[in-house]
Amino acid sequence: MATHPGVIVRTFSGLKKDPLGMTGFVLVSLILLFTVFAAWLAPYDPLEVDVYDRLSSPSAAHWLGTDQLGRDVLSRVLFGGQVALKVSLVAISASLSIGLVLGMMAGFGPRWLDRILVVSFDTVRSFPTIMFALAIIALTGPSLNTVIVVIILTSIPVYARVVRTQTQALRERDFILAERAMGASTLRILRDHVLPNIAAPLLILASMDVPSVVGMEAGLSFLGLGVSPPTPSWGSILNDGYSYLRNSPWPIIAGGLPLIAVTLGFTFFGESLRDIFDPKLRRKDQ
Amino acid sequence: MNEPVLNIQDLSVSYQTERGPLQALRHVSLAVPEGKIIGIVGESGCGKSTLIASIIRLLAPNARIGTGAINFKGRDLLTLSPEAMRSLRGSGISMVFQDPMTSLNPVLTIGRQMADVQHRSRASRTEKRARALMMLERVGIPDSASQLRRYPHTLSGGMRQRVAIAMALMTEPSLLIADEPTTALDATLEVQIIHCLQQLQREFGCSILFISHHLGVIAELCDEVIVMYAGEVVESGTTREVFLEPRHPYTQKLLECDPARIRHRTRQLPVIEGSLPNLVELPRGCIFRGRCVQSIARCDTERPALSGGQHKSACHLLDTAS
Amino acid sequence: MLTFIVRRALTSVFILVLAVSLLFGMIHMVPGDPASVMLGPKATPEVRAELVRRMGLDRPVIVQLGKFYAGLARGDLGVDPFSGRAVTDSVLEQLPYTLVLVLAAIGGASLLGIPLGCFSAIRRNSLLDRLTGAMSVAFIAIPSFVVALYLLLWLAVKWRWFPAMGAGEVGDYPDQLRHLVLPAIALGLGWVGYIARLVRSSMLEVMEENHIRTARAFGLPERTIVVHYALRIAILPTVTILGLGIGSLLSGALFAEIVFSRPGIGRLLYEAVATRNYPVVMGAVLVTTGFFVLCTLVSDIVNALLDPRLRERPRN
Repeated sequence: MATHPGVIVRTFSGLKKDPLGMTGFVLVSLILLFTVFAAWLAPYDPLEVDVYDRLSSPSAAHWLGTDQLGRDVLSRVLFGGQVALKVSLVAISASLSIGLVLGMMAGFGPRWLDRILVVSFDTVRSFPTIMFALAIIALTGPSLNTVIVVIILTSIPVYARVVRTQTQALRERDFILAERAMGASTLRILRDHVLPNIAAPLLILASMDVPSVVGMEAGLSFLGLGVSPPTPSWGSILNDGYSYLRNSPWPIIAGGLPLIAVTLGFTFFGESLRDIFDPKLRRKDQ
Repeated sequence: MNEPVLNIQDLSVSYQTERGPLQALRHVSLAVPEGKIIGIVGESGCGKSTLIASIIRLLAPNARIGTGAINFKGRDLLTLSPEAMRSLRGSGISMVFQDPMTSLNPVLTIGRQMADVQHRSRASRTEKRARALMMLERVGIPDSASQLRRYPHTLSGGMRQRVAIAMALMTEPSLLIADEPTTALDATLEVQIIHCLQQLQREFGCSILFISHHLGVIAELCDEVIVMYAGEVVESGTTREVFLEPRHPYTQKLLECDPARIRHRTRQLPVIEGSLPNLVELPRGCIFRGRCVQSIARCDTERPALSGGQHKSACHLLDTAS
Repeated sequence: MLTFIVRRALTSVFILVLAVSLLFGMIHMVPGDPASVMLGPKATPEVRAELVRRMGLDRPVIVQLGKFYAGLARGDLGVDPFSGRAVTDSVLEQLPYTLVLVLAAIGGASLLGIPLGCFSAIRRNSLLDRLTGAMSVAFIAIPSFVVALYLLLWLAVKWRWFPAMGAGEVGDYPDQLRHLVLPAIALGLGWVGYIARLVRSSMLEVMEENHIRTARAFGLPERTIVVHYALRIAILPTVTILGLGIGSLLSGALFAEIVFSRPGIGRLLYEAVATRNYPVVMGAVLVTTGFFVLCTLVSDIVNALLDPRLRERPRN
């Protein structure tokens, strides 16, 4: 992989040429900034209730208004970002690691294993995720951790497939055959040759996975199956807002905006990254 | 003498590239008489594809036609409107392409494609179908009725090419352009396709412009041959003249290096030393100068013109010799 | 062709059986038995025992599984312990609404997306192309339930252009159509983007291929070439994508049904989960899985029909 200054320079020169990508990058940076520093930026405690000022419109005191319990929506949105961040980090690193292992097994292992894994990947990936999540939550009860587990399970195939393709391609290359002839163990080959080639595509994939992970968490929290109240999550803010839709549109507007920003931002940025570093990653539907 | 079906006069075509205009064709003149088979011989890069594309006017967007005229039955194709040109394609002028696997639409049946080729005819569906069947039989495809229902990928390479020929001749064109139709086929199939073309040409009486880099096939099939090198015509004449008494050094080299001519066992196949010249920055003088072993001083500075009677060539050596 | 269908059908059945058994197993791995979970801690032992007996939970698991499959063969998905109705009835009642919604979404998305993609390819890098491209990415990225909420907020509640709830009067088609618009847009918007991008890239690829050059060399009119020769091939990936995307469509339908208070399988499942109504959960998940498996099967077959090259055994 290129040295760090090289990568960064390449990224920025590529972004300069692509206005959408640049927009994405700006959005992503802003969101990360606001989320990480939520505790400092938030004007109120997101859990602080004020029954005299419920469902108010934006004002100087509350930039995004208040929800049905008088809580400051802006603060809740900022802290909701932390939930999204946590879920993204945990879910993506877990599914990436597991996907990496499974993908390598599929790519390097015996044919039958590959067959089984591929069928599993395809089935899991195309299965109606929400139904799956609902079924599990029907049994275990709503909790953020369950949501994270579901997200991990359904995201693994995304990474596993890419790793598998890459591993399979490398498997046939001459220098790999030469190494095997010299007795290098499979593990060594995977570590020294496959891994470096995989690193960049996987990272790009991860950044493009953020929108669907955040979206899934928000969706499940919106259904009341994710975070437990009173913890704010963008989805639960939307849920609250939905119940009081006719009283005040602001919780919904406010809850939706960060979701739109995150999904658009990471998608534009991710696609731009991919075009800069690895255009081969374009799936056939792009 | 009848007017030639195709008369290309002083045609120059270039491509706009980042490095500058690439002169793909320079002052190319050739004539295809009625009812004759004319061959064009040359390596890759000699401009054959550009020539064909220019004739049927399906050039790339960055192509620029410079001077010249392409007269087809008296009309200059270069002055025709796109619509008028389109009406000629597939009726007056037909084509057979090199790779039959990719030249036919993979998701439509042979029958459908053969019917579509007759899109200008007012005949009914059954009539078009009957015509297709008849053509298939004439190119030697057995059991033609069931072939109509099949898809291109289920046919063998040789059959596909026969279908392509059938399609091309179905509209009874005056000129059939065959762009390396046998290059993608093995030797036995090649012979069959050549015989098929010969026979059909006799039956239909059309003219054929046959492009190939396979000398043996040209010798077998063509009445006249034109040798091209790096965008220019370097020699032309009857097949007999050109192959038995090649005048241009390039033609001589081509014939020497033809694998079919190898008489003794050898480790290395003979090749022509050197490589194609840069068509963006053209050298002065003769285009073949860089690879010619017989060149003289004049070859560096002056471009030789195509001269001679029936048997033309573009070489300074001939002036000095005669 | 027939062997292909049979092979695919068997794989589908296998997946279905696997999913059902898995779900069944999971329900019985829950700490405590389903009946207690359903009734909650306040239930008296008698009520619990009655429910256990009614649901047949006192029998061994294998027997329960067997009874379930037997019932399945008869079309009987069990009984809803809360309402007493047959689960099959509830599910069959709700299913059409979801199907209509999904069809409307896909139909609308295709109607809009295919021409957009086609034009973008033909007029590459034009303003239309670049605009479509940017919007496609945006539509695909934004979660459908957010779109649904915003649509509800502006178009239904604020401006009252469309109704905010329900599916409309039974038998009153124009009314039902009006109720269908917003949910279908919410569900289908992302797909417009998806399909447009897909068709665009497929078309660009196909138009470069040799057989298009041949068609042009025969003087075929450009319109015939674009629509009958190129688009016919370019559309194939769309069918595949739609087949693979049924899962996400069903998920999206669930959200649309909840946001717009529409009847449907999604909403049925959601409410059953909220009340821990296991038989209905099982029934809804089963029907959804079955539908999903059927759709992928049909999509594969349609694909093979459209592209004769796919009918042979795929080479690895």
